[in-house]
Amino acid sequence: MRFIFKTDYDQDIRLFKHGGQTFWYAVLGLALLAAPWLLEEYFLSQLSFILIYGIVGLGLMLLSGYTGLISLGHAAFMAVGAYTEAVLAARGWPFPVSLVFAATLAASVGVIVGLPALRVKGIYLAIATMAFGFIVEEVLARWEPVTGGNTGLQVGQLAMFGWKADSERDFYYVALVIAVLVTLGVLNLLRSPTGRAFVAIRDSEVSARSMGINLARYKTTSFALSAAITGIAGALYAHKVRILTPDQFTILQSIEYLMMVVVGGIGSIHGAFFGAAFLIVLPQAISLVKDYLPPGIGQATGLQPTIFGLVLVAIILFEPYGIYGRWLKIRTFFQLFPLYRRGLFKRQKAFMKSERLR
Amino acid sequence: MQVLQVIISGVSQGLIYGLIALGFVLIYKATETVNFAQGELMMLGAFLGLTVVTFGLPYWVSLPIAFAGMWLVGILLERAVLRPILGQPAFTVVMVTIGLGFIARGLVTMIPGWGTDTHTLNAPFRGEVVRAGELVIGMEHIVVIVATIVLSTALFAFFRFTRVGVAMQAASQNQLAAYYMGIPVRRLNSLIWGISAGVAALAGVLLAPITFVHVNMGFIGLKAFPAAVIGGFGSLPGALVGGVIIGVVESLAGVYLPEGFKDIAAYVLVLIVLVVKPTGIFGETASKKV
Repeated sequence: MRFIFKTDYDQDIRLFKHGGQTFWYAVLGLALLAAPWLLEEYFLSQLSFILIYGIVGLGLMLLSGYTGLISLGHAAFMAVGAYTEAVLAARGWPFPVSLVFAATLAASVGVIVGLPALRVKGIYLAIATMAFGFIVEEVLARWEPVTGGNTGLQVGQLAMFGWKADSERDFYYVALVIAVLVTLGVLNLLRSPTGRAFVAIRDSEVSARSMGINLARYKTTSFALSAAITGIAGALYAHKVRILTPDQFTILQSIEYLMMVVVGGIGSIHGAFFGAAFLIVLPQAISLVKDYLPPGIGQATGLQPTIFGLVLVAIILFEPYGIYGRWLKIRTFFQLFPLYRRGLFKRQKAFMKSERLR
Repeated sequence: MQVLQVIISGVSQGLIYGLIALGFVLIYKATETVNFAQGELMMLGAFLGLTVVTFGLPYWVSLPIAFAGMWLVGILLERAVLRPILGQPAFTVVMVTIGLGFIARGLVTMIPGWGTDTHTLNAPFRGEVVRAGELVIGMEHIVVIVATIVLSTALFAFFRFTRVGVAMQAASQNQLAAYYMGIPVRRLNSLIWGISAGVAALAGVLLAPITFVHVNMGFIGLKAFPAAVIGGFGSLPGALVGGVIIGVVESLAGVYLPEGFKDIAAYVLVLIVLVVKPTGIFGETASKKV
């Protein structure tokens, strides 16, 4: 067990709390930098996908995990980012400029969706964002001159100032840099007054308001930032898959993103990346074991949704903080060995109160 | 005359949404959580009804059997999955029911005889039409309309006039206080899940002659959400009114607006309602003192 003896106020907000953390994150950073030499091209490509979905996870985590607002329409923000990037890249805009533009556009769409969020909460917000997601999906399919409709939109390679990311390795590095920057950005945000305000709103709107937090302003900010981050991920995604169709951005994808956040561990930065890894690895694991199952089950089209659903329900029932929560427990077990007790992380008993009365 | 015909078909389509929305509203009214697997429960109910009919039993017998079967499923689900997370925030329940929906849709594809095919359920009244002057309405739709109105009246009376119904509303407003008053919150939750799953089964079997029976028939539930919201989520008559509004707007949009507007009319409408009057038409509002 490590006790941190604080002698300075800066230690409260330091990114790395102690030397051990610095060491392990440095190891992780080196491993990620060396990945192109260690992994085959296929696995590297999957790693890029994990980074992209990790960024989506960060965006959604900011909104759902830290501000406590549900969104069932995040695929729509992703779509805004992806299509903006595709259109601008086709006109020859350099990637950094079009990326900023995609993020800004996604953020402004986020503000528009956030407007109903100021008046509604909980389940109503979920339905509002879901409705928004359906509308965007329909627009993508119908606005053929720009989006190419259901036939899809081709996207060129990621290019800036005469340089092209024409190999898997180049793209991976771009994705890695952006993922690291976004992660640092979110971490910094969360230790700033804005981030603290988000968490306060999540834990109790009434007490947040009595502390002088302007709910409307911070909820809109949260929506905008979350949409912007998701838009960035969308821009990367566009260059990764190279062809965009409306069926890549349906409600099922929005649900998958939420699933990613919940399975990874709601309310933690690690959780976003754990969830992304889960989302990429599980389908491949399923296709590996599929042939060993009885044909009635193994060949059924519903196998993957069933397993996704089972994992989701099991996580919520038995491990509310997801993969990250499990990791914390394992770590604490070894740190406290042999003093770990089962009740250490017990969920507090909660009683629901109506949201209708306010 | 054409407008009238369009409106009538809109109303009958809208009452279908209303019928499904009844299930959401029941659970919301009693536990203040939303069941995203309602459409899937309906789909399971329809498959149960289909199986009963394939065994050679008449259509009308399949209704009570599907109702009872899904009642059991609802109670089992509540006991196994929902009870452990009783009292957790709405987000948790939303995710659990989404997970349940995935499981239900996946498992159906693995059951021999159900699978991914589209099945027809032969009802005795299928294909008959009623004419009034130049207006035409299918018998299937009339059955749905009558059933929806009867069901919602019965359920409305249940919440309004029975002790159990009032106790359910109390439990949804403040669980802890309800426990203190001696209300068996858990048993009531079990009961309402049973009723709601049963209602979903009735909806499924009644809709089967119109929409056919297949794995993805539950997706119509996504249109029932806007219906429930427009009516005010906790209100049973509201669900019907909301459903009718959506049905009519949808069919009018299908005729008079360019292609594509029909599919999103419901969602545009619900966004407008949420911005203008978030509690819906019949929503209850009360203020809380801090």
